[in-house]
Amino acid sequence: MTETEHVSPGPFVPSRYRVVDRKTENSDITTLWLEPVDRPIAPFKAGQFNMLTAFGVGEVAISISSAPGAPGAIEHTVRDVGAVSHALASSQIGDVVGLRGPFGTDWGLESLTGCNVVVVVGGIGLAPLRGAMRYLAENPAPDRKVVLRVGARLPDQIVFPEEMERWREMGVDVEVTVDVADAAWTGHVGVVTQILTELPFDGAGAVALVCGPEIMMRFSARSLIDLGVSPENIRVSLERNMQCGIALCGHCQLGPFLLCRDGPVVPYAPLAAELITEIER
Amino acid sequence: MEEMSELIAKNSLFAGLPDSTIQLAVGCAQNVTFEPGARILVEGEPADTLYLLRRGRVALQVQRPSGKPLIIETIGPNSVLGWSWLVPPYRWQFDGVAIDPVGAIAIDGTCLRAKADADAVFGYELLRRISGVLLSRLQSTRVRLLDLYGHSLDD
Repeated sequence: MTETEHVSPGPFVPSRYRVVDRKTENSDITTLWLEPVDRPIAPFKAGQFNMLTAFGVGEVAISISSAPGAPGAIEHTVRDVGAVSHALASSQIGDVVGLRGPFGTDWGLESLTGCNVVVVVGGIGLAPLRGAMRYLAENPAPDRKVVLRVGARLPDQIVFPEEMERWREMGVDVEVTVDVADAAWTGHVGVVTQILTELPFDGAGAVALVCGPEIMMRFSARSLIDLGVSPENIRVSLERNMQCGIALCGHCQLGPFLLCRDGPVVPYAPLAAELITEIER
Repeated sequence: MEEMSELIAKNSLFAGLPDSTIQLAVGCAQNVTFEPGARILVEGEPADTLYLLRRGRVALQVQRPSGKPLIIETIGPNSVLGWSWLVPPYRWQFDGVAIDPVGAIAIDGTCLRAKADADAVFGYELLRRISGVLLSRLQSTRVRLLDLYGHSLDD
């Protein structure tokens, strides 16, 4: 091997990315805009995740929250809940973080032509679906209606509210509910399943994309099935302790799935439905 | 203009009932409207009305010591508002405030109770349907107690 020959750094070596912008979404959620310092990662699809490194602290799986193919920096929305995510969420413009990926399965946007789409998210669950939502809103199809139902605990925990308003103006049927609110809130109050009691189209044939805590996805899937959506047409995003990202270490195993490879996006039926029900019993 | 019986039959609480049964409710019903901000239910006041919402939303809320009310649930079109007329002590437990212009059918609770007492078949059917709505509300409340969105997705 000569000195000039390219040497692959291997799957465990992160690329360096610089924080070029950041936005505090709410008290514990921050979005980072990242641009490659030297070696960019491969193109990604909506729903995939990257492993982000806070140097000196550790590495954590974070969903990509920008749209695939969009020009400019790649976006990740981080919830500050642990040492690594705290370090990442605290990153300032100019800081360098590590990035490996993209990993895992995606929402399958190419299959969403000619069918209506229901997107159901809870909490920060909109982040992994934001890229898909941008694609659906910006690429309207005459034979496709898109419904977005969002649940959050409190009004100030709703992420991307301005973007949701833009999607509404672009024709997406958007409804948001919170668990509890003060009188300044004029939207719906109640759990997300309470705004899943009807659809502006026949549920049969529609595809549902669901992301949030597993208990929320379970209840949402039941509501969707009650509305006629086929369980096979419900896709959920499952996450576990992703570490290697390439299905070697087994930390993210869930039943037969190694979620870093076979997930995070999996069909709800038949297996995911049983798995997330068993786990929470 | 739609007849009162048709309006009542459209609400999920009465949907599918025979006209003779609907007519029992018609005798206790009237059309009402409320402007945004109107207090339809007032905590602690006598509860004497069942509202079948036709349009607009109502916020169920409770007054906090700080003075700012807390909204605990939103009731929308085709839903039923107000249960406290059904059982003693017949007092509203929460405030119900119109968020939008609200159109509803107001059914006199005392009148409806009397008809249910006099006609056991009607009374049973009414309570069976009300139980279904109450069960749905109870289950939604239980789900909310789970703090559905409180779990981390990333760590």
